[in-house]
Amino acid sequence: MTDINKKFLVGVYDDDDVVLSAVGKLKNSGVKIYEVYSPFAIHGMDTAIGHPRTRIGIAAFCFGCTGFLCALLLTTWTMGIDWPMVIGGKDPISLPNYVPVMFELTVLFTAFGMTISFFITNGLGPTVKPLLFDPRCTDNKFVMAIDLSKNKLSEAEIASIVKASGAEEVSIKQL
Amino acid sequence: MGAHHHEVVSVEEQFEFTAESKRNLLIGMGIGAALVLVGAYLLSQGGGHGHEAHDAAHAAAGHAAEHAHDHGHGYHWTQRIIANLWVNSVYFAGISVVGMFFISYNYLAQAGWSAVFKRVPEAMPAFLPIPAIIIIVIAVLFGDKLFHWMHEGIMDPTSEHYDAIIAGKKGFLNKPFYYIRLVLYFGLWYGLWRVIRTLSLQEDEIGGTGNYYKSIKFGTAFLVVFAVTSSTSAWDLVMSIDTHWFSTMFGWYTLASWHVAGLATMTLTIVTLKEKGYLKAVNASHLHDLGKFCFAFSIFWTYVWFAQFLLIYYANLPEETIYFRERFSGYGGIYKGPFFVNIILNFVLPFLVLMTRDSKRTSIILKVACWSILVGHYFDFYTNIMPGTVGANGGFGAVEFGFVLLFACGFIWSVSTQLTKANLIPRNHPMLEESLHHDIA
Repeated sequence: MTDINKKFLVGVYDDDDVVLSAVGKLKNSGVKIYEVYSPFAIHGMDTAIGHPRTRIGIAAFCFGCTGFLCALLLTTWTMGIDWPMVIGGKDPISLPNYVPVMFELTVLFTAFGMTISFFITNGLGPTVKPLLFDPRCTDNKFVMAIDLSKNKLSEAEIASIVKASGAEEVSIKQL
Repeated sequence: MGAHHHEVVSVEEQFEFTAESKRNLLIGMGIGAALVLVGAYLLSQGGGHGHEAHDAAHAAAGHAAEHAHDHGHGYHWTQRIIANLWVNSVYFAGISVVGMFFISYNYLAQAGWSAVFKRVPEAMPAFLPIPAIIIIVIAVLFGDKLFHWMHEGIMDPTSEHYDAIIAGKKGFLNKPFYYIRLVLYFGLWYGLWRVIRTLSLQEDEIGGTGNYYKSIKFGTAFLVVFAVTSSTSAWDLVMSIDTHWFSTMFGWYTLASWHVAGLATMTLTIVTLKEKGYLKAVNASHLHDLGKFCFAFSIFWTYVWFAQFLLIYYANLPEETIYFRERFSGYGGIYKGPFFVNIILNFVLPFLVLMTRDSKRTSIILKVACWSILVGHYFDFYTNIMPGTVGANGGFGAVEFGFVLLFACGFIWSVSTQLTKANLIPRNHPMLEESLHHDIA
């Protein structure tokens, strides 16, 4: 989405082992890889490409804390302050009563928060057209995208390296 | 480059139970036995606060002291020894049987990742006969010292000790059926473990997948057995001590307690073995998953603990709330400490410590969390068993420390002996290759 008007070199591979070893070869030749698309998760691909680790865990913790505090506010305010209610002979403000609500809202905020964060960071959404370099990556092919503007090597050099690494097809895609 | 280039690690490892370890364990047992003797001597000299606390409890919690004190059964200091033996036997029997439980559900799920350290849970149930014998002997000889429902005349309408509520439970809580059940539990658990263990050791020699498929069948049979017996044994071994009281959550609650304590034992053993240079094939991903297990099931235990508490707290029925009154404020408040230590060590600490990804991959943090869980669940059984058996005469002294030390050293001895009996990695396990390449990034 943010990559409009960029020029990508796209390599299509037939085998997950080949594309995984290709990533290593390309990095050794100094080529920066934008992303690899695959119909299924390939073990070790994240570390091979060198993507930074996801921060979704930190986000989840923050969403959880938010949910927990919201629940605490909600229960204390409604049950204890705004309209104090005595249930089962307990104090209007008694924490054990509130634990289920706090637990549920922590889970709810975390689940929704993580899903929404995931959609935003990956540029997914109902109206967004996904970045698809080659539709076959949803079926039986492994597609590697290389952002040419981020690479010092020339287009021809990169194309030959990609071909040598085992790609079946190499093409240029303007976005 | 790339995590797919796995280092090929040797799967040939023979664990050595060194003379030094044996000596240390014997010293531990010696100290344990000495503490028990010293503690027993002190108890026999009446070094207690018994009666004042007893009265306070009466004032605080009404009929809190109904157990063991009324019905003409005065307290004798040996009851505390018996209660301690019971706490530790129940706790360590649970940890032992969870080894079998873990293996069984891994077989049923055809899980691959755990194959590499399978010998560790497999070694745990070998300890079962010791707590089993202690439990059965105590139940037969000194049952009335622990169980209200075993008191003489309690189910006899003509007796002055007659208790209509307890007599109503006679169909389940009667001595012959109780003894049969105890023998069945330990017999079935230990027997099925022997079958799985034999198949596993044989697989090391003959290979193939035949033993694997047989193990799935026996593992599944164990799960069916354990589905019933984990609950009923929890009622028999722990819940029936407070005979008037009952909770429908109790079976799950005890299973959760045993399970997470067993997982912590496994994790601690694996981390320790790794530090000693064994189990080189266990990688960070395995530790990460073991950490997740400990994390998840300490939360599960808390969930069940709280579910049981909340129902009772909300309903506010005297015959139910008495259970928490006794632990929270009864008997002069001596169980309030263990009650909160239980929650902090079993939930708060593991929850915060094991939350991040990196902590589950770091040996020292895993060890801290596992120790917390292990100590915490000792206190879980302590707070469940002690108030109903020794009441105001409970406490935490030399006897308690001594028995824990004795049982722990015995358990470690038993596990170590089992580990020497085969290659430390099940070399012909059909899932071993998958386990060696376990990678969850």
